[in-house]
Amino acid sequence: MGSITLKQVAKRFGDTEVIPPLDLSIEDGEFVVFVGPSGCGKSTLLRLIAGLEDVSDGVIEIDGKNATDLPPAKRGLAMVFQSYALYPHMSVRKNIAFPLKMAGMDQAAIDAKVNGAAATLNLGDYIDRRPGQLSGGQRQRVAIGRAIVREPSAFLFDEPLSNLDAALRGNMRLEISELHQTLATTMVYVTHDQVEAMTMADKIVVLRAGHIEQVGSPLDLYREPANLFVAGFIGSPAMNIIAGPAAEAYGAPTIGVRPEHMELSHDEGTWRGVVGVSEHLGSDTFLRVDVEGVGTLTARAGGEFPARHGDTVGLTPDPERMHRFDANGLRIAG
Amino acid sequence: MSTTHSRTAGKAMISPAVILLFLWMIVPLAMTLYFSFQFYNLLDPVKSFAGFANYEYFLTDPAFFEALGNTLIIVIGVLCITVIGGTLLALLLDQPMFGQGIVRLLFIAPFFVMPTVSALVWKNMFMNPTNGLFAFLSKLVGSTPIDWLGHHPLASIVMIVSWQWLPFATLILLTAMQSLDSEQIEAAEMDGASALSRFFHIIVPHLARAGTVVILIQTIFLLSIFAEILVTTAGGPGYASTNIPYLVYMQSLLQFDVGGGSAGGIVAVILANIVAIFLMRLVGKNLDL
Ligand SMILES: Nc1ncnc2c1ncn2[C@@H]1O[C@H](COP(=O)(O)OP(=O)(O)OP(=O)(O)O)[C@@H](O)[C@H]1O
Ligand SMILES: [Mg+2]
Repeated sequence: MGSITLKQVAKRFGDTEVIPPLDLSIEDGEFVVFVGPSGCGKSTLLRLIAGLEDVSDGVIEIDGKNATDLPPAKRGLAMVFQSYALYPHMSVRKNIAFPLKMAGMDQAAIDAKVNGAAATLNLGDYIDRRPGQLSGGQRQRVAIGRAIVREPSAFLFDEPLSNLDAALRGNMRLEISELHQTLATTMVYVTHDQVEAMTMADKIVVLRAGHIEQVGSPLDLYREPANLFVAGFIGSPAMNIIAGPAAEAYGAPTIGVRPEHMELSHDEGTWRGVVGVSEHLGSDTFLRVDVEGVGTLTARAGGEFPARHGDTVGLTPDPERMHRFDANGLRIAG
Repeated sequence: MSTTHSRTAGKAMISPAVILLFLWMIVPLAMTLYFSFQFYNLLDPVKSFAGFANYEYFLTDPAFFEALGNTLIIVIGVLCITVIGGTLLALLLDQPMFGQGIVRLLFIAPFFVMPTVSALVWKNMFMNPTNGLFAFLSKLVGSTPIDWLGHHPLASIVMIVSWQWLPFATLILLTAMQSLDSEQIEAAEMDGASALSRFFHIIVPHLARAGTVVILIQTIFLLSIFAEILVTTAGGPGYASTNIPYLVYMQSLLQFDVGGGSAGGIVAVILANIVAIFLMRLVGKNLDL
């Protein structure tokens, strides 16, 4: 239980086609992340799966059964919204109990489930407070609690961590991953943060303007991006994209080299340039190097590589780990 | 406004306005209070001290209890109709539909019609037992026309006043409804709540605060309904549609008994304050969501 299949699903708002027909299959128990720039249709796609929007074309199957025309409640999915969408006039306990109450469960069973969820998510301290009296992270937990008590066949998350600060986001990321390990339930997760995508996903779906650009495991996408868009989107800091004569030297109209796949040295290198900004992160140092005829490149140096503003350094790309793209921006195999 | 000096200056400067407002309130109140302890009839220029006689007369008058009951029926009846009707209308107007702007404008229109005018329109064009629209409709289906103002005077007044206040309630509740986060409704939808459960568990609690404001403001105005009664039933038949303000009016201006009318006025002020205290409690509880 928990597989989702989209067949030629399309969505139009009036005349504008937000999602052109696309196919996608999500296996049972998978953690699938939709990434893409703002406005590319991630939320729309998630809402189509949830049943909060009607599809304009195509078929949605959940567990092999056609669910295209089922109302949201009948699809057996639970959603965690970006704004949390907690009910402000109900206590945390009532919020979590709400879906069970709507399902007509008896009070003893509801209490047992709510207490179980509260224990899993450590909600005990504020179970009788109202959402207005909670911090962002606590609200997020309550929203997740409300989703898990229903024991859905899949969870849908729409940018659940985007309102949290960096440290808390890191924690919650781990917690959601752990939750996925324990429950082993399908999760579909929308984000525009590629770090979240890389760390959490079994499978990443990269979207641009409603199109699926590539589907694959985080490492597949990192090692073999299908096109320039995916190459630029996955990886942090972003891949260096080089065009012109410097690229043609390697036999392609455009090449891509990741900052971590270049050799840095003080005296020699294929490309020589002047260090602009250097960012010291402790373990790593990222140098922005201006190379004449190539452009500004980002290179990773070990934490102790001595380089300062104005130094001249040499960069040597590793041809084995270089990505070559044709004139249409598609990957050249090999 | 932080130094002592500037604060003193500030107080001095606002004092004319405050003093004026205070006098505006206190002089009529004091005079009413004074008259209420006098035998004072406009037909008899000699005033004399009356003690509590005016109050005794007013409070033991059977008309007083009838008027008190009528006042409460008008307030509660109109509140029920406008709050429930307003919620349902707001729900309807919140739906996307063709010509939304014009429909909303039409709904608000009754609020801008003067009470005397709208009461007269109802009296002559709708409720008139020979020429009215309701009579016409009754005849159309073959039943005897109802003499609304003659046989159901209080219900008619409640109907007229509700018609005037329904737009106000609808407007306030509609704006409140529009401020409801659509994701909350969607979350409830995912949680398996039917349309009815969503209404009672999500929308109604969200409207509680706006509803309290509607009740508070309307009560203040409904306690003192006067024009509608004057132009339709004149408080009759008998005292069947007389409320406290109308009783005070009859006492002082139809019977020329200023002393008795003043006593009634003071009673009305006390009653209004009791209602106000009760309502403030309610508001305090509800606004503390
Ligand atoms: N109800 C609607 N009517 C018309 N256009 C819409 C509607 N909802 C979304 N869109 C359009 O669909 C496109 C995709 O929107 P969507 O909310 O799915 O983006 P997103 O990928 O979730 O972006 P973000 O990362 O900013 O949340 C946008 O261009 C948006 O303007
Ligand atoms: Mg979105």
